[in-house]
Amino acid sequence: MDTENCFHCGNEIIKKDEIVFDEKKFCCNGCKTVYEIFSQNDLTCYYDFQAAPGATPQDIQGKYDFLDNEEIGTKLLEFQERSTHIVSLYIPHIHCSSCIWILENLQKLQPGINASQVNFGEKKVRITFNPEQTSLKDIVYLLSSIGYEPYISLENFDEGKKKIDRTLIYKIGVAFFCFGNIMLLSFPEYFEVEEYWIDQYRGFFRWLIFGLSLPTFIYSASGYYVSAWKSMKSGLLNIDIPIALGIVVMFIRSTVDIIFDFGQGFFDSMAGLIFFMLLGKLFQQKTYDFLSFERDYKSYFPIAITKVLPNGEEESVQVYDIQKGDRLLIRNQELIPVDGILISEKASIDYSFVTGEAVPIEKKSGDKVFAGGKQMGKVIEMEVLFSVSQSYLTQLWSNDVFQKRVAQQHKNITDRISRYFTPALLILAIVSFIYWIFIDVQTAFNVFTAILIVACPCALALTAPFTLGNVLRILGNRKLYLKNALVIEQLAKVDTIVFDKTGTITTNKKTAITYEGTELNASELRLLKNVLRGSNHPLSRRLYDFIPNQEKVETTSFEEIIGKGIFAEIEGNTVKLGSSQFLKTMTENTHKKTKVHVEINGVYKGSYVFNNQYRKGLEQLFDDLSKHYNLVVLSGDNDGERSILEKMLPAKTTLVFNQKPEQKLQYIEQLQKEGKNVMMVGDGLNDAGALAQSNLGLSISENVNVFSPACDGILDATQFDKIGFYMRYSKNAMKTIYMSFGLSLLYNVVGLSYAVTGKLDPIVAAIIMPLSTITIVSFVTILTNLYASKK
Amino acid sequence: MSVIYLLITISIVVAIVFLVAFIKAVKSGQYDDDYTPSVRMLFDDELVKKENPNKLIQTEKQKSI
Repeated sequence: MDTENCFHCGNEIIKKDEIVFDEKKFCCNGCKTVYEIFSQNDLTCYYDFQAAPGATPQDIQGKYDFLDNEEIGTKLLEFQERSTHIVSLYIPHIHCSSCIWILENLQKLQPGINASQVNFGEKKVRITFNPEQTSLKDIVYLLSSIGYEPYISLENFDEGKKKIDRTLIYKIGVAFFCFGNIMLLSFPEYFEVEEYWIDQYRGFFRWLIFGLSLPTFIYSASGYYVSAWKSMKSGLLNIDIPIALGIVVMFIRSTVDIIFDFGQGFFDSMAGLIFFMLLGKLFQQKTYDFLSFERDYKSYFPIAITKVLPNGEEESVQVYDIQKGDRLLIRNQELIPVDGILISEKASIDYSFVTGEAVPIEKKSGDKVFAGGKQMGKVIEMEVLFSVSQSYLTQLWSNDVFQKRVAQQHKNITDRISRYFTPALLILAIVSFIYWIFIDVQTAFNVFTAILIVACPCALALTAPFTLGNVLRILGNRKLYLKNALVIEQLAKVDTIVFDKTGTITTNKKTAITYEGTELNASELRLLKNVLRGSNHPLSRRLYDFIPNQEKVETTSFEEIIGKGIFAEIEGNTVKLGSSQFLKTMTENTHKKTKVHVEINGVYKGSYVFNNQYRKGLEQLFDDLSKHYNLVVLSGDNDGERSILEKMLPAKTTLVFNQKPEQKLQYIEQLQKEGKNVMMVGDGLNDAGALAQSNLGLSISENVNVFSPACDGILDATQFDKIGFYMRYSKNAMKTIYMSFGLSLLYNVVGLSYAVTGKLDPIVAAIIMPLSTITIVSFVTILTNLYASKK
Repeated sequence: MSVIYLLITISIVVAIVFLVAFIKAVKSGQYDDDYTPSVRMLFDDELVKKENPNKLIQTEKQKSI
């Protein structure tokens, strides 16, 4: 095989399709055209930053006509003035520096574009253009023509301007400013030199420190007071209570100290403590800007659709404005947004978004078509039965799980520890206070406050954020993207794993094809391949790729009967390909398998069988997992593959077939009622309910940038066989947290031993606090990396 | 001796200026995207290098025509 790759997109070039242009080789006309556009505009540096960075442009004729609709266009714009419009477009293909470069040089390709700026993390390009010279539609077409088709969905239409929350950064900035200055000003007193000038200015220094500590105390730490107050009101003892208590006590005691000239107070420790804890929060807040974990049907649906008016005219209407009885026009590759009845004679609808099943389903005139399907082939017409929100698929989102999800309170590991820690601390403080009050009232107050200060669980509170934040990053590098750090704790608690079948444990990319029947000779294969070339049906494409390369022959006549098959004449031979119905030579009941039958010159030859291929490493993975977890395979398909699955998977695995989306959801609910901690692994929109209901919904995605239903984590499909590793790793992460809890408690004990005896110096506090922080942070970082390197 | 008041005041004021500058920078969205600028920075150099010879060749071609 020739393994030359396309200069533009890097795909392997099929020899017969090769196009040589400008001494460079291309796999198709589309790629060549993009190169031509770039070279005409002096933009060939595009290929210098990264080899083969491009994508083949798709045919989008008519797809974005709705952008001419003023109302819709306006909704998409970020900013609008007479001669300046700004739009942000999400482009999934952005992946390398070449992409940034070309997209930031758009003004060279189209006059009217003033500037464009890429945000790589969010995969967005922000374009400023002059509407008098160009239009949004032109820009979208330009982007698509160079292989950067933007992704515009109903979600863009709904969302207002997103507010970015930067308060945490401000708080950290303020805390660091105060911490640094306080430390600097505290130095003279640390050394307790009884010099004349220090004595002279002691008061000034102390009050200045007091002043500097106010912004940290009031502003930066405000989150802890709010959280502590909330948790007290709801009767939970979370970790923020001892933290808030520690901070407040520290502040009051220090203020009292400087008012009565007892000492310099603990302002330095307080500011440092707040700073470090906020830093921990920031570290845990790792987000994947380009991924969305809250997707619902809106991000799949188009903004507008073509409506046929009674007088036969076509008009773009907004999806929400579609009403019952409207007639819609669905073009090739367009998504059907509502349930309806097919008016056109035939349609071939791909429900892969919904079910994960890639083989299109044929519909006849008068059949019901459901929202979420994608039309493949000709333009079809349909009549609307329900509006968007009442359609079969979208109704799933009115289920309670999608609402209650937000309110669901999860108790994390730190809070569980603090349930014991907080009362123990308070008891200790009160007991020592009572003990000392009989000896010396002044010392009693000192000891009481010192305990609360020293025991302020700074290291304890930092442990989980740093461990989980680090684990989140490591997992992200290994292509498991989790919504937040809490998910790791959930992952460690899971005891039942439910897998969806189609698209999850099977891949829809590589379907193994086998041939059954009379062996085909070389010339027959040649006929077959040439007939298939003319067809765009997904099965034909796959079969075409499967049959080895053949000499090219033109067909004399070619007829594709949508939903049935192909009838063609070639070199005087007749070739008939397609479903068993079409060939009228039913040899067996074949509806449980996807088959393409072949008939040449009226003689039935045999059939190509498309087996669902299971993902690499599936058996190994299930074997491993079955030792520790209950496994379930929950499928929306019929039980045609039950026997294969039973043979392949461990005997303990439960197999459930014929499950509708709601039934999947209920099945998970049932398991949870039995006290199980369920992880759902799914892919399509039909799993959306189950993913939301489960304790942890993991979505498998072939292309993490684009399609995945709402979930807690997104796993790159190539990493499917690593699920076992992720599960083990999450458990090890929790182990790390427990170990470092022990370590931080040790520090607390040391600090407390000073405090209880009434000998806590500000300098001791100022040393112990950062020391414990550094120990904990380095301990957990080393340990999590160590566990990650273990397979 | 009162010079210490002056010095410390100045030092705090300078620090506050930096704090305000930092907050302003964050507010303007400078730190929202921390990857693209690092790549973008490298482009200008490349552009100058690559584009000039290209243009030269073109003008030469045009001359010859």
